[in-house]
Amino acid sequence: MNIVNALIQGVLLGGLFAISALGLSLAFGVLKVVNLAHGQIMTLGAYFSVMTLTSLGMDVWLSILIVVPAMFAIGYVVQRTMLQRALRMGELAPLMITFGFSVIIPNVLISVFTNNKLQIPIGDLAVASIQVSDSISIGVMPLLTLAIAVILIVLLQLFLARTRPGRNMRAAADDPQTLSLMGVNYRNVYAMAMGLAFALAALAGVFFGIRQGGVTPFDGQLTVLFAFEAVIIGGLGSPWGTLAGGIVLGLAQTVAGLFGPELPLLVGNLVFLLVLVLRPTGIVKSKVAS
Amino acid sequence: MSNALEIKGIAKSYASLRVLEEVTFTVPAGQAIGIVGPNGAGKSTLLSVISGTEKASAGTVLINGRDVTSVGSEDRTRMGIGRTFQIPRPFTNLTVFENALSGATFGAGLKRKAAEDKALEALEIAEMMQYANTPAGQLPLLARKRLELARALATNPSILLLDEIAGGLTEAECDSLVQTISQLRDSGITIVWIEHVVQALTAVVSRLVCLASGTLIADGDPKTVMQSPEVLEVYLGGGIK
Repeated sequence: MNIVNALIQGVLLGGLFAISALGLSLAFGVLKVVNLAHGQIMTLGAYFSVMTLTSLGMDVWLSILIVVPAMFAIGYVVQRTMLQRALRMGELAPLMITFGFSVIIPNVLISVFTNNKLQIPIGDLAVASIQVSDSISIGVMPLLTLAIAVILIVLLQLFLARTRPGRNMRAAADDPQTLSLMGVNYRNVYAMAMGLAFALAALAGVFFGIRQGGVTPFDGQLTVLFAFEAVIIGGLGSPWGTLAGGIVLGLAQTVAGLFGPELPLLVGNLVFLLVLVLRPTGIVKSKVAS
Repeated sequence: MSNALEIKGIAKSYASLRVLEEVTFTVPAGQAIGIVGPNGAGKSTLLSVISGTEKASAGTVLINGRDVTSVGSEDRTRMGIGRTFQIPRPFTNLTVFENALSGATFGAGLKRKAAEDKALEALEIAEMMQYANTPAGQLPLLARKRLELARALATNPSILLLDEIAGGLTEAECDSLVQTISQLRDSGITIVWIEHVVQALTAVVSRLVCLASGTLIADGDPKTVMQSPEVLEVYLGGGIK
């Protein structure tokens, strides 16, 4: 793999990290909730997709149409029934609840599905690629993942900028109490934001499962790390920041991979630490939360 | 004349700190009243209890004859309560127009075009049209105060609660604001206005209520209230007789 190919693969990998980070960024931007279970929710989404594949016999793309709305509903209910109450108790309580989820979800998945890797088959798409030159080959699935990341970010930006619920989310990010004086039930706005964050996490989980050739119960421990790093490098609460952060992380990992197979994770973490030290607010300013 | 607002025996405590004690008064529909009192008297807390952002520890609040004590602030807004804050709290991520549009859409319950018209009307009344497309986080103090007013007006309130909206303004700015609030009063909106700038207040209101240490100590026409011994005592101290 030469350096040009590594850079291309890094940008493509950044698309996957961006999708993973989008829900996390939204939850923090609107609710100021750091969801420690984000990776486990991604894994849960991937398992739901596998369940629909095996029980209903549908393909992965159709399963997404079921999994994403279902995870939206779960996120909505979790926010209304648990996190909303916790928010009244201070910053630590929601953190502890999401930490609890991060422990419970993989253990429940193990007891139901065992620790075996479950496949998320996508047929020929898994190996399809575009040969640009002798040393550069672009996988169709990574390219599709990056394109979907960009489309999701554009749609999220349009949603936040142009729609009533989006405007309410931006206002709730500022001052939920004053939003209630505009006649808006901010708890519903919060629940919608968390539902959206869960839905995006589930989608990311499916894409991660596809890339890794399947899903196991403890995948969330690693994916949550990538999501956090992408969000923090890009800037908390900024949709475009997640793409920038994802690409920086992707580039760091693939370029490091040129020098040794054990280096990608380490160098990714070092870049993350470097951004924390030099620019703790991230490289892109938030549009959702100031 | 029916009462727009009835406050009956309102008390509010934070742990052992009693902020309001047995506050009772009524405001007839269309009347403009002022609330005065030294800092820490509980004036802003009283507005919070009326608007529903704070729950009363005891007592009841009635809006147009309906007991709303256990009703949430978003529902009270839809019932006609509009409120401004002493320290402006604009949605800084939204433009000035979007700030007003939130109130018009959900507070006034208007559909798209009607909500936009209502938001523009509120900005016009509050003299904020020139800032319509400015992000609210970039506004200077006077404009932020006027945005508070515009946003409250966009909810189409029948009762307007103003919290020190004239504080920190120049004399000319204050005069202009007094004119605007007088017009709102003349249009039939019930006004409850907390203000330290008594000259501005008495130019608009026909009645004053004075709070001290969470207790109502005077209620009547502005001149009588401002000259009452109890009010002079809390403002000027025991040395002046």
